[in-house]
Amino acid sequence: MFVAWTRCELPRFHAFQHSPGPSLTDISLQENPQTLADLSVRVESARRAGAGDSRFRLAALLAALSVLAIFAGVIGSLIIGAMPAFKAFGFGFPVTEAWSPARDRFGALAPIYGTLVTSAIAMIIAMPVGVGIAIFLTDLCPRPLRRPIGIAIELLAGIPSIIYGIWGLFVFAPWFQLHVQEPVIEALDGVPLLGTLFGGNAYGIGTFTAGLILSIMILPFISAVTRDVLETVPSVLKEASYGLGATSWEVMWKVCLPYCSTGVVGGAMLALGRALGETMAVTFVIGNAHRIAPSLFAPGTSISATIANEFTEATTEIYTSSLIELGLILFFITFIVLSCAQLMLMRLERAKGK
Amino acid sequence: MILNQALYFRRRLVNAVFITLSIGAALFGLVWLAFILGALLKDGISAMSISLFTEITPPPGSAGGLLNAIFGSVVMSLGAVLIGTPIGIFAGTYLAEYARHGKLAFVVRFVNDILLSGPSIVTGLFIYELVVRPMHSFSAIAGTLALAVIVIPVVVRTTENMLLLVPNGLREAASALGAPQNHVIRAVTWKAARAGMITGVLLAVARISGETAPLLFTALGNNSMSMDITKPMASLPTVIFQFAISPFPDWHTLAWGGALLITATVLVLSIAARILENQKRT
Repeated sequence: MFVAWTRCELPRFHAFQHSPGPSLTDISLQENPQTLADLSVRVESARRAGAGDSRFRLAALLAALSVLAIFAGVIGSLIIGAMPAFKAFGFGFPVTEAWSPARDRFGALAPIYGTLVTSAIAMIIAMPVGVGIAIFLTDLCPRPLRRPIGIAIELLAGIPSIIYGIWGLFVFAPWFQLHVQEPVIEALDGVPLLGTLFGGNAYGIGTFTAGLILSIMILPFISAVTRDVLETVPSVLKEASYGLGATSWEVMWKVCLPYCSTGVVGGAMLALGRALGETMAVTFVIGNAHRIAPSLFAPGTSISATIANEFTEATTEIYTSSLIELGLILFFITFIVLSCAQLMLMRLERAKGK
Repeated sequence: MILNQALYFRRRLVNAVFITLSIGAALFGLVWLAFILGALLKDGISAMSISLFTEITPPPGSAGGLLNAIFGSVVMSLGAVLIGTPIGIFAGTYLAEYARHGKLAFVVRFVNDILLSGPSIVTGLFIYELVVRPMHSFSAIAGTLALAVIVIPVVVRTTENMLLLVPNGLREAASALGAPQNHVIRAVTWKAARAGMITGVLLAVARISGETAPLLFTALGNNSMSMDITKPMASLPTVIFQFAISPFPDWHTLAWGGALLITATVLVLSIAARILENQKRT
């Protein structure tokens, strides 16, 4: 008790006597010229610290605003750059198929079609496979294998798109032509619809090849988001359904996936946003043909591939401008898709109680 | 009873099919990874040689290396990181420390995530309009800026995430000692989140070292050694693109060598980032 008392009292006593660094309240009680000088020094240093504080805050604010500025700059510069093409072709631009640099006639229908079709193919393949991988990794995989396989799938996302491109062009396309396209074309010859979709010549490269490679690229995104949301399913729900005698499939399909459907769809939209804007992998293997062929095996083009291939070759103002308008259309489409994805994932975060 | 038996077997069957398909999906992913890495190693290693690092890109039909492209990639990536990292860290700090729940923070976060997954080729068009057109020339500056625009969202996202992991108690304790907020941020929260923030920068470098689309019409490419940042500059990805779509086999070999270099860089950076992240957890 005594010890505690001295400990409490001693510092205060000390401060009063020697005041090497009096606190503000001490100073306010004393009318001592020396401490008044001290006070002004303290106020000065506090003011300086405060000024540094507001400068720091301003720097942070400006940096945050620069993110908005970049976004506004992207939209603004694309709109300005696209103006000549918009004036020349008006609203007919996105629905015209003709693309003729020689005659300065440009229409975006073939690239838009290519972008949408390759992304659709990618989603059709990657959705079930990505969700399947996520299910495998959360529920079925033996524990020691979980981490290595998870990392391996993530590696797919780390490989730069140009690597997918060069691999697709030199390795995958020839293999695909020989072992898949030729047999499939032969087998489906004469079948209505399918015979047209998968008909024509086997080039190796083409719309379908591009879609397939895209699907590999977006696979890790879908499986990562799905894994994350599957882990939010309360284990009580799973245990309860297993307790009722449900099989793994029934637990997954009727309990887990409905529980986190928003998250899965949000993840899919995020992946779709990536697929729509993917450039290099598609540019290498799509074949760069400005026409809409009935066969998916035929060469086509996409918005990003057209820009990547032709931008530096564009000699006339209207050619460059048309390519920039293509970019604007691409940005607009991905903006909508990514916004939807974010709103869905955000709702999920809120539900999680973050 | 017989009916139940049939139902039971059907459910078992569906379940078996489901499990097989899930395993198949995982195998599907792994097979592609092996296929890609295998091809990359096979063609890339045979392209490896000393001259790859000591000679510049050759005209078709003669021997050469990738020195100018490697140099250009390093310079532009370094520049982009130097420009993008401070902006990204400050913006992430603003989101995590100053305006966590504000309207502005919501908008910035939203826009940042769109820039993060948005098409990188559009970034190239943006910088073309902003820098290349006024300067009337493709240049390394433009390439650097285009890459910086890609670095910023990555760093903002990771910085914010890492700062949010710092417990509030630390901030409160520092504030209670009388430290102004900028001291709290610099000396306490940044320090606590340092490993995570470095991870973010590493990931950003990994991301831009393979970026091709934004460089195609900003830095363009250059088949001679250039150190002038106001002139076009070569970079590994654009050289790979140019060489791979050419009809010359020795250019193809160089393209494979470059591809292996880029992939190795990206993998090393990702592994370093992962190790750092794990250290932070323990």
